[in-house]
Amino acid sequence: MNAVLEVRDAAVRYALARGRTIAAVDGVTLSLAEGEIVGLVGESGCGKSSLGRAILGLVRLASGQVFWKGRRIDSLPRREFRALRGEMQLVFQDPHACFDPRMTLAESIAEPLRALAAGLEESARTVRVESALDEVGLDREVGARYPHQASGGQLQRAGIARALIVAPQFMVCDEPVSALDVSVQGQIVNLLARVRRERGLACLFISHNLAVVARLAERILVMYRGRIVEAAAREAIVRAPRHPYTRLLLDSVPDPHPQAARKLLAAVRESPAPLADAGADGCPFASRCPWVLARCRTSAPLLRPVADQQLVACHRAEEWPKGLTPAAT
Amino acid sequence: MSALLEIRALTVDFLAPRVVRAVDGVDLALGPRERLAIVGESGSGKTQLLLACTGLLAANGRAMGSVRFEGRELLGPGDAAAPARGSGIGFVFQDAGGSLTPHRRIGDQLVEVAMAARGMPKRHACDESLAMLGRVRLPDPGSTMNAYPHELSGGMRQRAAIALALAARPRLLFADEPTSALDVTVQAEVMALLDALCRDLGMALLLVTHDLGVVAALAGRIAVMYAGRIVEEGDTDELLANPAHPYTAGLLASVPSLSALDDGELATIPGAPPRAGETIQGCRFEPRCPRRRERCRVEGPRLEAGGTSLVACHYPLDAGRSP
Repeated sequence: MNAVLEVRDAAVRYALARGRTIAAVDGVTLSLAEGEIVGLVGESGCGKSSLGRAILGLVRLASGQVFWKGRRIDSLPRREFRALRGEMQLVFQDPHACFDPRMTLAESIAEPLRALAAGLEESARTVRVESALDEVGLDREVGARYPHQASGGQLQRAGIARALIVAPQFMVCDEPVSALDVSVQGQIVNLLARVRRERGLACLFISHNLAVVARLAERILVMYRGRIVEAAAREAIVRAPRHPYTRLLLDSVPDPHPQAARKLLAAVRESPAPLADAGADGCPFASRCPWVLARCRTSAPLLRPVADQQLVACHRAEEWPKGLTPAAT
Repeated sequence: MSALLEIRALTVDFLAPRVVRAVDGVDLALGPRERLAIVGESGSGKTQLLLACTGLLAANGRAMGSVRFEGRELLGPGDAAAPARGSGIGFVFQDAGGSLTPHRRIGDQLVEVAMAARGMPKRHACDESLAMLGRVRLPDPGSTMNAYPHELSGGMRQRAAIALALAARPRLLFADEPTSALDVTVQAEVMALLDALCRDLGMALLLVTHDLGVVAALAGRIAVMYAGRIVEEGDTDELLANPAHPYTAGLLASVPSLSALDDGELATIPGAPPRAGETIQGCRFEPRCPRRRERCRVEGPRLEAGGTSLVACHYPLDAGRSP
C-alpha cells in the first residue's frame, strides 16, 4: 500500500519554566495510505492533538520528519506550506470557538477559498459554498446565519464544509464530536464516514472515545504520554488488545446497561491506587498498570510487532490475551 | 412518605429580553438516600432546574412553583434557599474550577467550610478536612491541603471539589455533569467515588447528566428531560431496558457501542432540539419523532403512568414490556 502521509520519529516539545521542556509527542512513527482513515485515541494531555497539529505544520517538530506524498514538509518555509493547505485541512473540536462571530456561516465557509483560490470569481465562489452546504446537509437558510444563531450540530457541519471546500486529500479531525450532544454525535460521525467514502479522503480521526473511533477507523493507534503504545486493526484493538492501557480504555467506556455499568464501578473500586511514576527510564504506564513487573520500572518497552499487523509497546504483550493476573505488589 | 426534596410545578423563566421558558412545570420527589438522575441534552433545562432549587439562578431568571427541602420552602422572596445550601444541599459542578477559589489553598477552603457549616474549632476542622481528602482518594492528602487548585490535574481537582461540597456534610448532593469534563478512565474513578460516598455518608444524590452510561451506574431512578419538561420517569433498570418514550429510546440507540464493529450507520435522532423560546403547540419532540401522528402536532401529551414508569407520549413504545 502506498503511503500518502508518513510521520517518522516525530517529537513535539513545549517549554516549561526554568528552561525545562516537556515532550508532548515522543518519537511517534505512523503512515496513512491514500483514502485511509486512522483513529488516534488517548486521554487528554497524551499528545494526540499536538501530533495532529504538528502534521499540519501548526506546531513545530522538535525532531523527526513528516512526508506528504514523498516530499518532506515539516521544515518547509511558511509560504510554501501555505500552498499545501488546499490539500490538508483540520476540523476542530469546539464548533462554537472556531467561527468568527461577525461572519455568517456561508462567509466563513468561503474563507479558505479567498486564501487558496484567490482568482475565483464571486459567482463561482457562491456555487462552491452552496455545494459544500449541500454536501454536509445544511440548508441555504442556515448558511445565512451567524454562529450564535446556529446549534452545535449545525456549526460542526459548517466546520466540515469549510474544510471540504478546498477539496483536500487529507483531513485531521480533532475530537469533532466530543462537544456535541449524544443524539447529534451520530449525525456527525455518519456524515464524516459518508464524506470520506465518497471523496476517498485520507483522515486522521482523533478522539478520547474508543467507541466513536471504532465506528470510523479501520486502523487504530492508542497513544499514552506522547507515545504510541498499541497500533492495530480495529478488530484486534477492540477484541484482542495486547496493551494494558488499551484494555483500560475499553473497560472505561460507559455502557448504558445497568449490569455492565455496575461491573465497571466494582472493577474501578478494586483497582489499586496509582504508584509513583517509574521515571524516564521505565514504562510510562507502569504506575497505573495492574500487570507491572520490576523490569517495567527500569526499562521502557519499545513498540514492536507482536501479532499479525499488531504493534505493541509492552514487555508482557506475548502473554496477552491469555489470562494475566494482576501482580501482587 | 416523607420526601427529602419535593419539587412541584417548577417553572423557570428568563428575561432575555423576551421571556424564555427554560423549565416548564416539573414535578419531582426525592427520598432520603435516594439517587435520581435527570438526563437530557444541552438546553433541556436540567441545569437550570438544579440552580432554581438552590436559589442560584442568574439575575434575569425567575422560578415559580414550589421546592421543599425537608419540608421548608426554598422558593420565596429574598434568598429563601440560603439556609439549605451547604449543610443541607451540597453542589458539585461540571467544571471543578468553578467551585474552588483559584487563589486559596485547597486546605484553607475546606477548613473554612467545615468551621462555618459545622461550627468546628479550627484544629478539629483541619483533621476533618485531611480525612475528607483521603476519603475522596486523593493520593497525598497532606500535600493537597497545601496545593492551589491549578496545581492539580482535572481528575484530582474534581475530587477536591467533591471534598469541598462534602465538607459541610450535606444530606443531599446536587451533581451537575460531574464527570463530563474528565477523561474516560478518570470518569469511571469519579463515578465509583460518588457511588461509595453516597453509600457511606447516607447521602441522597440528584445527578444531572447527558450521559446514559453514567446514569446506569449511579442512579436508582431516572427522569428524562426534553425542552424543559420531563418526558419519562422510572426505575433505572426498567427504563433503560424498556424505554417507553421515543426520545429515551432514540438517546439509548445513539450511544456508540463497541459490540458491533462495522461501518454501518450510527443510530441518530434527526434534527435538533427546539431552540430556547420557540413556542410549540403540540408535543415538543414531534418534529424529530419517528412515531409521530397528527394528534402529536396539536396536543401536547401529559406525563402519565404507563407500565412501571411515567411517560409523556400519546403513542409510547410498549414492545418487550412485561404485562
